[in-house]
Amino acid sequence: MKTRFSLGQLAVWGLVAVVIALPPLVKNNYQIFVVTLIGLYTMLTVGLSLVMGFAGQVSLGHATFYGIGAYAAALLSAMFGLPSWLALILATALTGLIGFFIGIPIFRLRGHYLAMATLGLNVIFSLIIKNEADITGGPSGFAHIPPLSVGGFVFDSDTKMYYIVWFMALATLFISMNVVNSRVGRALRAIHTSEVAAEALGVDANTYKLRVFALAAGFAGLSGALYAQAIHFISPSSFDILVSVELVTMTAIGGLASVWGSVFGAAAVVFLGQFIRDRMNELLEGASGEQEIIVFGLILVVIMVFMPEGVTAGGMKLLRRLRMER
Amino acid sequence: MSDSILEARSIEKSFGGVMAVAGVDLTIRRGEIFALIGPNGAGKTTTFNLLSGTHALDRGAVNFDGHSITGLPSHRIAQLGLVRTFQNLQIFGSMSALENVMVGCHLRGRTGFVAASLRLPSVAAEERRIRAESLDYLEMVGLANRADDVAASLPFGKQRLVEIARALAAQPKLLMLDEPAAGLTRPETESLDDLICRIRDSGITVLLVEHDMNLVMGIAERVAVLHYGQKIADGTPAEIQADERVIGAYLGLDWDGARDYAFA
Repeated sequence: MKTRFSLGQLAVWGLVAVVIALPPLVKNNYQIFVVTLIGLYTMLTVGLSLVMGFAGQVSLGHATFYGIGAYAAALLSAMFGLPSWLALILATALTGLIGFFIGIPIFRLRGHYLAMATLGLNVIFSLIIKNEADITGGPSGFAHIPPLSVGGFVFDSDTKMYYIVWFMALATLFISMNVVNSRVGRALRAIHTSEVAAEALGVDANTYKLRVFALAAGFAGLSGALYAQAIHFISPSSFDILVSVELVTMTAIGGLASVWGSVFGAAAVVFLGQFIRDRMNELLEGASGEQEIIVFGLILVVIMVFMPEGVTAGGMKLLRRLRMER
Repeated sequence: MSDSILEARSIEKSFGGVMAVAGVDLTIRRGEIFALIGPNGAGKTTTFNLLSGTHALDRGAVNFDGHSITGLPSHRIAQLGLVRTFQNLQIFGSMSALENVMVGCHLRGRTGFVAASLRLPSVAAEERRIRAESLDYLEMVGLANRADDVAASLPFGKQRLVEIARALAAQPKLLMLDEPAAGLTRPETESLDDLICRIRDSGITVLLVEHDMNLVMGIAERVAVLHYGQKIADGTPAEIQADERVIGAYLGLDWDGARDYAFA
């Protein structure tokens, strides 16, 4: 445990260095935006990793909280005229709170039933934002979301947004790393392996599930709010069930129970998604970019079968085996 | 402080149409080793699960250390000082032996989500204290040298000891051991005897569910016998060994032969 912890710390500091150094090296604004997107997805993935990988509770509707954060930030600043920094904070807190309260009925369920319920949650959320067009803009989306500004400093360029997003992403990684390596993290892992045994030792399993779910929802809300403030326009398709599946794929690639694997998983899926969208019709006549979901599904299956601990852990194991054989 | 630490009154549990536990009374005195025995399917483990809150009671009442624990969830019961182990091990396999025991210290820690997130100085101090204490508990069961081994990689007998250390780490007033000798080798069972006596001597009351008659008769002060969900006898080991209903329950009607067999 001690070694994994320091390895994780090392990974975080390495990541901090890369994050700071990257923008001057990349001149292309689009590429900066793509890396920003990875930061946003990292916040989602690391939360999902806490819920699924550590506490062992399947969530197939995590994009719901991403969406709640985005729409909350949009509504609070564009409709209610709150300053955007306040909208960001409130949207984050609100999403965490909603996660907590949604968790109360949902965590009465276990295993497949829980997975179905979270799936249903995402479907319901999509329906609501599509149908309540007066408030959310419906299928055509919500436009003119003010950019983030703090004390007169406006985050109005891709590079500025990049820095604030990655600052927050690193904060969520830091928090998650600390939580995992603590009494709380041990309790979560105990619940994952044997809920009866954890309970018998005095761990209030239900409360821990609710709190970790709320924390992950809060991370997702923060990510969604930043997303809305980065591109100023949101629409239901960014938060539907397919996005939830992508998030699970990212978490699985990074290693379900791996905090810093989340960054890797998010990056892999974002880059892969770009690649597939650009090349899909070359590979398959008449295929559109949206069919990327087929590829993600396939990848998810392959990983679950061959590398259930994720590509990072699985890859290391493979390397070790190759070295042994030589 | 009353003489008894746990009193169960007419507790009942049925699964479907089967009465697993049909109105059992138990009184466990402070500081004793109390054994619950009975043939397979007698309702021992169910009784155990009812006392620890793992299953909900259908009827009856349980008092523990001056509190009614009837209907409480098991984490609340653990908080009051009643901690159990499991017959089919419920070890946290992916954690190290030490981390398993550290989970046992859960109730004595205070670190919550907020303090943990920010890694406040109090967190690190608590972590050090719990780590040191957990090592002591591993030492007590003779596993200090395996502290960093992944729990799942330990042999079965050692995993059982990790479970006992983990339960001890919760500093229970009453420790309930569900068939601790099941699957152990002869020497392992003998050192288990010794460990259970040491636990009792440290001031912890012990409730044993056990199949291994030698273990039970050797160390228990009092024994209760379950048969088809009912208590058919209780008393000292000598009284139980002389009880014909008990022998009959175990092996049918041939009293003498049965006695020789059951208490060989």
